[in-house]
Amino acid sequence: MRTEEQIETMVLDSPKKNSKEAVIEIDNLCKSFGDQVVLKNLSFKLFDGENLVVLGKSGSGKSVLIKCIVGLLQSDSGSILVYNQNVPTMKHKELDEIRQKIGFLFQSGALYDSMTVKENLEFQLRRIKKHLKQSEIDAKIIEALDNVGLSKVLNKMPSQLSGGMRKRISLARTIVVDPLIMLYDEPTTGLDPVTSDEISSLINDIQKKYKTSSIIITHDIECARMTADRLIMLQDGDVYEKGSLNKFEKSTDELIRAFFK
Amino acid sequence: MCESCKFLQKLCNILDFEPFIFAVTNLSAMKIVIPINKAKEIVKLRTLNLGIKAQAKKEAADNFFTDFADVVMFTIHLIKETFSRKFEVREFFQQCFKIGYNTLPLISVTGTIIGLVLTIQSRPVLVRFGAETILPGMVAVSLIREMGPVITALICAGKIASGMGAELGSMKVSEQIEAMEVSSTHPMRFLVVTRVAAATLMIPLLILYADALGLIGSWIGVNIKGSVSFILFFSQAFSNITFMDFLPAVVKSFFFGAVIGLVGCYKGYNAGRGTESVGKAANSAVVLASLLVLIVDMIAVQITDMLGK
Repeated sequence: MRTEEQIETMVLDSPKKNSKEAVIEIDNLCKSFGDQVVLKNLSFKLFDGENLVVLGKSGSGKSVLIKCIVGLLQSDSGSILVYNQNVPTMKHKELDEIRQKIGFLFQSGALYDSMTVKENLEFQLRRIKKHLKQSEIDAKIIEALDNVGLSKVLNKMPSQLSGGMRKRISLARTIVVDPLIMLYDEPTTGLDPVTSDEISSLINDIQKKYKTSSIIITHDIECARMTADRLIMLQDGDVYEKGSLNKFEKSTDELIRAFFK
Repeated sequence: MCESCKFLQKLCNILDFEPFIFAVTNLSAMKIVIPINKAKEIVKLRTLNLGIKAQAKKEAADNFFTDFADVVMFTIHLIKETFSRKFEVREFFQQCFKIGYNTLPLISVTGTIIGLVLTIQSRPVLVRFGAETILPGMVAVSLIREMGPVITALICAGKIASGMGAELGSMKVSEQIEAMEVSSTHPMRFLVVTRVAAATLMIPLLILYADALGLIGSWIGVNIKGSVSFILFFSQAFSNITFMDFLPAVVKSFFFGAVIGLVGCYKGYNAGRGTESVGKAANSAVVLASLLVLIVDMIAVQITDMLGK
């Protein structure tokens, strides 16, 4: 867990991020499902190497936002530039290439039930790193599992693992292909506080080790406190507030206070 | 009662306006005043109900056409992906094993029982007409032309289509299909094409296997009350079968396989978000696949009949 001094240092560092290159630039993004407007002219940037926490109430469009970023959902209008390539206008092949740079941790973990832990990781590697030999694949799997502290469950089925373990394996499956950007969809939802803290620490470790830029969707304030370099809050499909953790902590706004009390 | 009164009475009936009906005898003698506000309220309610019903009908019609368009798009996408260069060979063989090998015990029991029961049921009738000797031929023709393919396909619809519906449905609910898409794998190509292709290939083989076991079952049935050698039974059975008995049955069994795979995958792939939708997908896959097997069979029989003439 980061100390108060570390958080303060992060806050002081935050302006420097603006001088860094933006890896994701979202401009006037709109998305509706029928009459229900989910995202309304949403604009923000994710800078290289930062952890951006996206806060918001359930239904505020957080998950829809990251699904639009990886092209799982087609946006209605606006642009999503990932490494200066616009996702909504990409063809399948280009989208596949950009997806190889993005790791996506699903809320449910989304491990393939019919495969063992090893096969789950191997499936991902064989699809994305096609040039690797079997020995290299095995080494990468062991390394990824070591990084999440679960090297002994290699041959277990996902159904034999606890919720926290499934989340970690899912995280290992995501990092095994060395992504440049990580998208976490509520990484600590449904976990006990101890496991939540462990997952939050893992997010920080991954950022340091793999030099990733991350968007962390959450409404777990402890996770936000531990991982955030910068935060934005979504409300009614638009950015309600953005800034450093310190700014959010000191805010007198009722909605923000409801999260940070 | 005058015409106007009849009309008023009818109106009162429609409006559930009972207390005043009996007071109306004829228009000139009618002394009562219809409370217009209440009448208006009832009419408004009725109109509203009518509107809701009309809207529901319209939505049902819209849903039907949307579903139909979805099925067409799904099938086109499936065909396109089937003939793409990146066919998932390994997954296809795994699915062949899963569909073929795992269904063998069920088909073995079913095939044998069909042959056995068919023989036991037909024998007394044929004995009555003194035509017991045609029993092997009759059983062979009915098994190969109709009973074997249809019953095996219906059993496969129950086992395979429901399995596919439930498996893909649960993958959808637990975001596994999306996870696959994010990892640059085309779920349609990996999950659907392989399953439909495997079902199309394996179900005809299962049907042939069921036919063979059905004939063995029939031989057992014949030997319960008589004594016919294995060779004699099979020579009698096959002497009655022509190529035209065999070919249409094999051709239609490929369609049965394709229909079972397609329905199972479509229902699973398009399942809703909740866990309840997994059960619904599996259930509707069985029902629709069974129905379509019978419809395909009916069309195949008609075509065979037309070609036979």
